[in-house]
Amino acid sequence: MKMKRRDLREAAVRAFFFACGVLAVLVLVGIFLTLVTTAVPAFREIRLSEFLLSKAWDPTSPEKAEYGILSMIVSTLMVTGGAMLLAVPIGIAVAAYLSDVAHWRVREVLKPVVEILAGIPSVVIGFLGIVLIGPVLAKIFHTGNGLNALNGSVLLAIMALPTIISISEDSLNTVPKAYNEASLALGASRWQTLLRVKLPAGLSGIIAATMLGMGRAIGETMTVLMATGNARAFPHGFLDSVRTMTSGIAIELGEVPYYTTHYYALFAIGLVLFVITFAVNLVADIVLRKYQEREQ
Amino acid sequence: MKTSTKKGIVQAIGFFALRAAMGLVLAVLLLFLYDIGKKGGGAISWEFLSQAPRRGMTEGGIFPAIVGTFFVTLITAILAVPLGMGAAIYLHEYAKQSRLTRLIRLSIRNLSGVPSIVYGLFGVILFVNAMRFGTSILSAGLTLGLMTLPWTITASEEALKTVPNSYREGAMALGATKWQTIRTNVLPYAVSGMLTGTILGLARAAGETAPILFTGAAFYLPFLPKSLSDQFMALPYHLYIMATQHHAIQQVRPLAYGTALVLIVLVLGMNMTAVVLRYRLRRKQR
Amino acid sequence: MKKITITTLAILALLASILPAAPARKMIQVKGSDTMVNLVQILAEEYMGKTPGAAIAVLGGGSGTGITGLINQTCDIANSSREWKPKEIDQAWEKGVSPRFFVVAVDGLSIVVNEKNPLEQLTIAQVGALYRGDVKSWKAVGGSDKAVSLYGRQSNSGTYVFMQEFVLGNKNYSADMKEMNGNAQIIEGIIQDEGAVGYVGVGYLYDQDGKIRKGLKVLKISKEPNGTGFLPTDKAAVDSGAYPISRPLYMATNGKPKSDVAQFLAWIVGPEGQAIVEREGFFTVGEGKYKAANDKNFK
Repeated sequence: MKMKRRDLREAAVRAFFFACGVLAVLVLVGIFLTLVTTAVPAFREIRLSEFLLSKAWDPTSPEKAEYGILSMIVSTLMVTGGAMLLAVPIGIAVAAYLSDVAHWRVREVLKPVVEILAGIPSVVIGFLGIVLIGPVLAKIFHTGNGLNALNGSVLLAIMALPTIISISEDSLNTVPKAYNEASLALGASRWQTLLRVKLPAGLSGIIAATMLGMGRAIGETMTVLMATGNARAFPHGFLDSVRTMTSGIAIELGEVPYYTTHYYALFAIGLVLFVITFAVNLVADIVLRKYQEREQ
Repeated sequence: MKTSTKKGIVQAIGFFALRAAMGLVLAVLLLFLYDIGKKGGGAISWEFLSQAPRRGMTEGGIFPAIVGTFFVTLITAILAVPLGMGAAIYLHEYAKQSRLTRLIRLSIRNLSGVPSIVYGLFGVILFVNAMRFGTSILSAGLTLGLMTLPWTITASEEALKTVPNSYREGAMALGATKWQTIRTNVLPYAVSGMLTGTILGLARAAGETAPILFTGAAFYLPFLPKSLSDQFMALPYHLYIMATQHHAIQQVRPLAYGTALVLIVLVLGMNMTAVVLRYRLRRKQR
Repeated sequence: MKKITITTLAILALLASILPAAPARKMIQVKGSDTMVNLVQILAEEYMGKTPGAAIAVLGGGSGTGITGLINQTCDIANSSREWKPKEIDQAWEKGVSPRFFVVAVDGLSIVVNEKNPLEQLTIAQVGALYRGDVKSWKAVGGSDKAVSLYGRQSNSGTYVFMQEFVLGNKNYSADMKEMNGNAQIIEGIIQDEGAVGYVGVGYLYDQDGKIRKGLKVLKISKEPNGTGFLPTDKAAVDSGAYPISRPLYMATNGKPKSDVAQFLAWIVGPEGQAIVEREGFFTVGEGKYKAANDKNFK
């Protein structure tokens, strides 16, 4: 009898932990399904081609309600692309510095310092974009104010840097010592070894780092909401004021009457966002796993 | 020029470029902290921290926002910590390599990449509307809890990994069941590490704005929240409205800086506590 | 290890006990209108100071947020700096909500430019042309040869909608307009941007000493091309309608307001509340048609 009770308890405990584990899957699927079911009604009134390809977003227009998100998609890509252009070279360089140039004591200090950058909340970065970075950019580029795509890119680059640095550095550190030693033995300098042996060997990790950083930039809301100006127009340059998909949702979700086409359309934007970030993270995942398998 | 000298020069330039990159990143970080520290420091006082905003929020303090952030983070912890630990225990102690396990891990990694505004959307549908919690500490805390779940799971699993397998094997050799083994030989040694790791996730939750925008944060409340169904003021949202929606933005700019400073001190303080705790734990375990 | 676990759990339990899951304290929920939010927040603060037991929560958002809130029955009072659209009134009726409107202040919607802009006056038609994007250079309206940099609000703003109806002739805004999160951000933007133009509630023009913000210039607006232009700060012009873009600021309730809500509203349109309205830079309701409509709605 005692045996049976114990078995029952074991099974119950195991079931509880199993439920916790499966919860993650349930939440992910739940988010996806919620977005889909709330977004689909939008397309009773909006043509999918208009939604994805029209540059005009004006749901409250007194003339004709417009639901095109192309400008928002392009704005998101611009701001993210700009951020990656800044963050990837600098991030890899810093990762290389930490793994190859810095004295180990210096590295012990600097690694947590870089992590501090990751800990700064996005609303604070957005705030600094308004009061600090924006005015500086306005002075340099002679624009009226600094609320534009460039400001957004700079801020997002700062936010993506810690991710890129940390994962790239891990990747460089796990390059087998044998590669290094062989290269140095053949007479290459440390720099040449870094450039021609280590970086290529750690490339998949670096790519994964970049993709994760990119995913973070695409999904960022508060920073771009505060610092990019939020104009609905299709952007023509980095000094234009832009509105990303995330800002688009944040701006209008509070005012939209529930269960209207406008409401459903906002969830449709959320769905597009979800799919994009899911795809980026999936690719990063695959790349990371391939690189981990190769190391074994 | 001798090849070795050319190599030497190239290396010197190359390494200098790398150092410069590091310097740039450090400079930006220091610039940010200095700006907020200097301009925010001027606004910090005991009144600022202990009083509510007055006179159209141009005077007074941010106490309700501090309290609100505290309570909402508490709810976040209550959801994310036990469930995160549970999921980590399942993944590390029970699960076998199977498609389901791979799916769970994939889900966890993807959840951490979902944009915060999408969590906000989900929170509105599930907690505010479907479960009828309305805009409240509960809705916002649960939304943040879901967002923090991937972090607590990962951190807890890391902690479990540090418990040597010999502990487990020893217990099982003596005839203990799985759960008994975990309870007596694994958990006691992993729990502190788990809690330490989750603090990082909670620090992030405390600083998030997008998930609470539509699930409970309020512009101005005359009283402190007294129950889970109350709305609340919160530090990150307060900073947002002081910087963009207040009617006298320039006048309250120092207050905004002060709010930013308090928020940063809170978040970085939690981060540093976690790091220090983890460091001491690791030393003890060696 | 066990000690740390136990202590942590004990602390968590203690803290959680401070949050009884009792029903929310009954507060009057006021939502909406960035134009009005600071005015209403100050009114709420002073009213609560004078009235023991009163509890008012001010929740912000644009006018659209407030209107949605009243329709969804998530607030008691909806502020709006514009009239409700017929569609919104229909939606309210469909959901069993019957909105009643009280005018609590009057606003002279101000068109502001950077102080370096040489212009002093525009016609209301010219302002419309600027904001529709029909003209892109200041030269076209008699100014210098500089590109027009448009600042405005977002679609949840009553000010945005009001401008669209009364100044843009119900046409679309230029997609190049920078859509700021609030009146104050518009002001900040204009001060730094020489080619800028923006529209803000008259209460936002002043700094804490009661003077017009440094760096701003408020334009005179005239109805006709060669007519006299008036400033939005000119109370007589606003009251008489000579200033063409003035508007009432509304608070809406669901049906006849309940006693505590009615008391608050009555105080706002009474002498004490109206003194605060004036102090904050807006205009009082006056003794005319707005007062008559209000009195009727209290019954």
